[in-house]
This record gives sequence, C-alpha cells and structure tokens, in this order.
Amino acid sequence: MKQPFRNFSGIAAAMPAPNINTDAIIPAAYLRTANADLGKGLFGMLRYDDAGNEKPDFVLNQPPFREAEILFAGENFGCGSSREAAAWALKQFGMRCVFAPSFADIFYENAFRNGLLAGKVAPDALARMVAQAGGATPLFAVDLAAGHVTHADGERMAFEIAPARRDALLRGDDEIDMTLAHRAEIAAFHSAGLAERPWLHAPLARKA
Amino acid sequence: MLRRAATIMTASRPVTLFEKIWLGHLVKSLDDGRDLIFVDRHILQETTSAIAFAGLTRTGRSVLHPEMTIATQDHIVSTEPGRDETTNPQGRELLTLMRHNAYRNRIRHFGVDDPRQGIVHVIGPELGVALPGCVLVCGDSHTSTAGGLGALGIGIGTSEVEHVLATQTLALTRPKTMRITYEGKLQPGTSAKDLILRAIGLFGIAAGQGHAIEYAGEAIAGLPVEARLTICNMSIEIGARLGLIAPDDKTFAYVAGREFAPEGAVLDHALAHWRTLYSAPGARFDKEYTVDCSRIAPQVTWGTTQQDVVGVDDRVPRVDSFPDAARREMAAAAMAYMGVEPGMALEGLPVDVAFIGSCTNARLSDLEAAAAIAKGGKVAPGVRAMVVPGSMSVKRAAEAKGLHEIFRQAGFEWRDAGCSMCVSINEDIVPPGRRAIATSNRNFENRQGPRSRTHLASPAMVAAAALAGHITDIRKADQP
Ligand code: SF4
Repeated sequence: MKQPFRNFSGIAAAMPAPNINTDAIIPAAYLRTANADLGKGLFGMLRYDDAGNEKPDFVLNQPPFREAEILFAGENFGCGSSREAAAWALKQFGMRCVFAPSFADIFYENAFRNGLLAGKVAPDALARMVAQAGGATPLFAVDLAAGHVTHADGERMAFEIAPARRDALLRGDDEIDMTLAHRAEIAAFHSAGLAERPWLHAPLARKA
Repeated sequence: MLRRAATIMTASRPVTLFEKIWLGHLVKSLDDGRDLIFVDRHILQETTSAIAFAGLTRTGRSVLHPEMTIATQDHIVSTEPGRDETTNPQGRELLTLMRHNAYRNRIRHFGVDDPRQGIVHVIGPELGVALPGCVLVCGDSHTSTAGGLGALGIGIGTSEVEHVLATQTLALTRPKTMRITYEGKLQPGTSAKDLILRAIGLFGIAAGQGHAIEYAGEAIAGLPVEARLTICNMSIEIGARLGLIAPDDKTFAYVAGREFAPEGAVLDHALAHWRTLYSAPGARFDKEYTVDCSRIAPQVTWGTTQQDVVGVDDRVPRVDSFPDAARREMAAAAMAYMGVEPGMALEGLPVDVAFIGSCTNARLSDLEAAAAIAKGGKVAPGVRAMVVPGSMSVKRAAEAKGLHEIFRQAGFEWRDAGCSMCVSINEDIVPPGRRAIATSNRNFENRQGPRSRTHLASPAMVAAAALAGHITDIRKADQP
C-alpha cells in the first residue's frame, strides 16, 4: 500500500512555460548515485548559479514558494527523458500535485505511480490560477474526489483525471499488487505463447 | 491471445500494424480502462534500475522471468578506451549495483567488460533480442528505437521497470494511432536523421502525445534497417512513446543469424508470423501527416527543442514568424541561450565540440557516413571531435573496416561504447558556454553539460563541421 492521497490546502507556485522537460526538472548531475537529494536538485539548473548559490529570481527560491505543494505548469510538462527521478524530485521537494494543460506520456504515468497528482486543466482556467499564484495569497485547496482546485478567494478550477486513476490515488493502491491479482492469467498467456510463438516466449538462448 | 487477436482483426475492420502487435500481447483489459500487456523482452541499464531492484527487495518480490531480461551498463560508463567500472569514479555505485542486481537475479549482464556491451537501444537489435512483432521495454525513453524492426519498443519509468520485473507485464492506456508518410525520395546529402528532424520541425514536439506512430512511404521502405532505427529512435522527441515501421525482407535478413534470434524451424515459424506484420490496406489512423522528402535539406537545430530546426542553407527564424505568443517567447529564450540571432545563417557558425555517438546515430552505417567525410581531412584547430561507437560490436566492426584509422588520422578521438556526451552523466562534458554539434537526439538546455549549446545534425554533417570548424553544408564545395 502507498499513502492514500488526502485533500489539502497549500501554496502553489507557477511555472507556466510550455515544454518543461525532465532534464530541466532534475538535471543529470543529480542522477549519478542511487541516494541523491533529489528535492534539492529539483529544477537544479534554474535554481542555482554555477557556484551552487540560489538564484533569487527563481520562483521556488522565494518565500512563500519554498513551501509550495502545488505546481501550475505549461503544456507538455515532463517531456523528454523517461527519468522517474523527475517525479521523485517533485515529491521530495514537497510537491503533491501538478496542474497543466497537458503532460508527456511517460511523466504522466510516473507521476501517478508515485502518488503525485497530475491534473489536466483548461488553459484559460490555468492562466487565471497562475495570476492568483502570483498575487497576494497564493493559497489553494485541492479536492481530488471533487476534481477541483479552489483559490483562497473562492475562484475554482476543475481538473480532469480518469475516475480509475482518481480512485487508485484515493485508496493508495499498489500497482504491482493489483497486477499480481491477475497472475494466473499472465501465466496462462505465457504458456500459450510458448507454443504459439516460441521465438518470443522461450528463454533467450544463445546460438550454439 | 494470438488466436483471439486474429478474431478481432478479421472481425471488424482493417487494423494497423500497431494494433496487431498490441492485441497480440493483450493479457486482459483492466477495469480501469487500461490494457495489461505482456512483455517479451526487458532490457535494463544502470541509471534507472537500481531503485526498481531495491523496491523488489523491500516488498519481498522476485524477478518473474529473468530469462526474458538482459542488462547492460551504458549511461554512466567511462568511454575512455580500455575503461572499466572504476575509470569514472562517479559511476561506480550505479555500475556495481547493476552488476550485483543482475547477478543475484540470474539476469544476463553485458557489462563494460563484455564484448557485447553497448547502448541499450543499439545492442537490443544487434543481439537479436529485439525482434519484429515483439514487445520490448526498457527504462529509457528511446526504447522506441526497436520500432525500426517492427517491434513495439516502449520506454518506461523506474516504477514500471519494477512492475515488469515482478509481473512481466505493463498496465497501459492504449495509445491512439498516427501515421507519418514520407513522400518522394531522400535527397543527396540527407539521411534518416534529416527525415525525422524535419518531421519534428513541421509537426512539433508534442504532436505524437498519446499516440503510436507508424512511419511509412517510399523513402522509409527504401531505408536500410539501421536508418529505420534512427527514425524510430526519435519518436519520443515528437511526443510519442512508440514509433514503428513495418518489417520487410530487409528486416528479416537483418535479424537472421543474430545471437539471440530464432533459427531453423522456429525461424520459419517466426517468419510466417512476421510477414503478417503490416497495416492492412484501408486501416484508419487517428492522425495522418505527410512529409515531402524532395524539399528536405540537411537539418540543423538552432534552439533548445528539436522543433527548432531548419535546413543548413536556411536561417534562424525571425521571432515574429511564430504565430503564438508562447512560442515567440520560447524562441527568443532559446536564441538567447544558444547565442544565435534571428535571421542569422547557420552555415559558418563556429563549433567547439563535434560529437558522433548516441543511440540515434552510432551504428556502423553512421560511422561509415562520418568517416566518408573525415577521410583525408583534419579536424579544425581548437575543435574537440569524438566518435563514440554505440556498442563494442559496432566498434570492432568499424575497426575491421579501418574506420578508426580514418578518424584518428583526422584528429577524432576514438572511444569505447556508451551514451557519453549525449547525456553527459559520465565525464564526457561540453564545457560551459561552448557550442557543440552532435548526432544525438536532445538539444535541451544544459543537456551536454551546464550551459552547453547543442546543435543536432546527421553524422555526415557533424563530421564536416568538425573539419571546417563551423557548421557547413555537406552538399556544397568539394567535401574531402
Ligand atoms: S545515447 Fe542518449 S538518448 Fe540514447 S540511451 Fe543513451 S543517454 Fe539516452
């Protein structure tokens, strides 16, 4: 079991540029060991200068956004490399959800597998929320079951998520357990395959 | 399974190549609308598998089918000739973990000391692990490369790596279908790299989102198998997780005789199946695009996404030539990062580094194309030029043809196999602010090192730029 997703209120940071890729979310330099501090590495090249000092103009270096738990992002968020460390870095920083008009396919899967809510939103609604995040009170409430985000002043943005994904997040389902519930069917598929297409299902065997 | 798929196919409507393979691997449709797909082949690499194995250990699960899985070390390995696991000290932890995890789980491991070591997407096809009609997965976004053989190559994240290790399946939303048809013939001086860059330039880096792409048309059918791998490799850069090309006699000839490929009666059986792998006439695609090959010049990127691309004889576009405000903003930022100006000619732009390598363009035919340009020439003073073969097998094959002599005499470094400067997670890095021309697939900010500037191009174009010291049009003048 994973942690079930709970409704919460938190700070949202806005990075509305389109096509933010996973190289930007977590630079390769943070991927050289299995236990890197990915939360520190999140948006590393944008966040720090060459000497490793924080760049004051970068949103996540500014209070209150250091505490952000929600990210408003532009279209095609998470494109590029399949590195799941992009989702881990967002989580380790403290982000619990990302809202964008669209997501790259692999990042989208990776997000949900790590309990990170990726909600698809209408561009115009997002633009209004981005403006609110830049205003005096960047505080928002996320309601997953209802499928919306509400600004402290009451303005509301709906997000789209497949009901099955929503329910899995709310329950904290473990994907592998869910699949292993079908283990008999998987085994049957494999043994039928041994007869029907042995070149794929027999053990990889080296030529004599 | 196959029979069930066959019923689906004959029952209703003409189906696409992608759907034939997908349906042939459908274990069952899940209640949440996703499909549980059986995985025939799984390739592991060191940077995306360590945490997956740790997850298995934590939950007390084991690897279900180690005999359908192989592992290699490619991303963080040193490419210094004669290297071992310790040459790049920064890589030791992940390299050791890969070796140990493979050993403990009885998975075949082609590490830096193995003659078959190489980039995952190069060794998959090369070893006959990737086959037409198979579902192959790897924790790396360029797994679509195997689509060049007519396979479903699916790039996955680390949780999915763990999922496949534990279950030999993937739960996926079935992608929609998309076809890119190349009309006309490949022009002199252009290659597969130019075809795919042009498509990305025309349709954008998100065009394929949620789709499986089939590449078709006369120019594709005319391409040798290695060039088809180059095309499918960059499917992810057009937003798709999957890209494939219908296999044909060239494909079958390529596959036969490879180390793990079927032989004898099993091969005959396989061939009978492989010959059914094409999109039925009249099959409908959710999206259709066409590209006119007759107008494609050698492509060079000018910005920081692959859609920022033009012909080498063209200029950096004017910012106001982009229709929407967001794109104009991105273009301006990309130009500032790259140190180029609107309207500037790409030809003549000086380069500091020339990189020939990566899973896109480091197979034997790529090195041959580069060597044909490099032969008898000299790398321009001040330029670091390196050739990093995609696998140690490619390296040996190139040496058997004397390509290493050509490169070395011209002043190129001749390295051992690995990802190298494509991702710069090992010690091969473009210095800050320097300009590189590369045969790899990503020109993102900081990709080749902090503040590196990357122009993507074909192997011949990169070799020519290395000699000239600046971006140059291989179709012009007397190339050496
Ligand atoms: S060569 Fe580059 S793109 Fe290919 S697998 Fe290695 S890092 Fe990824």
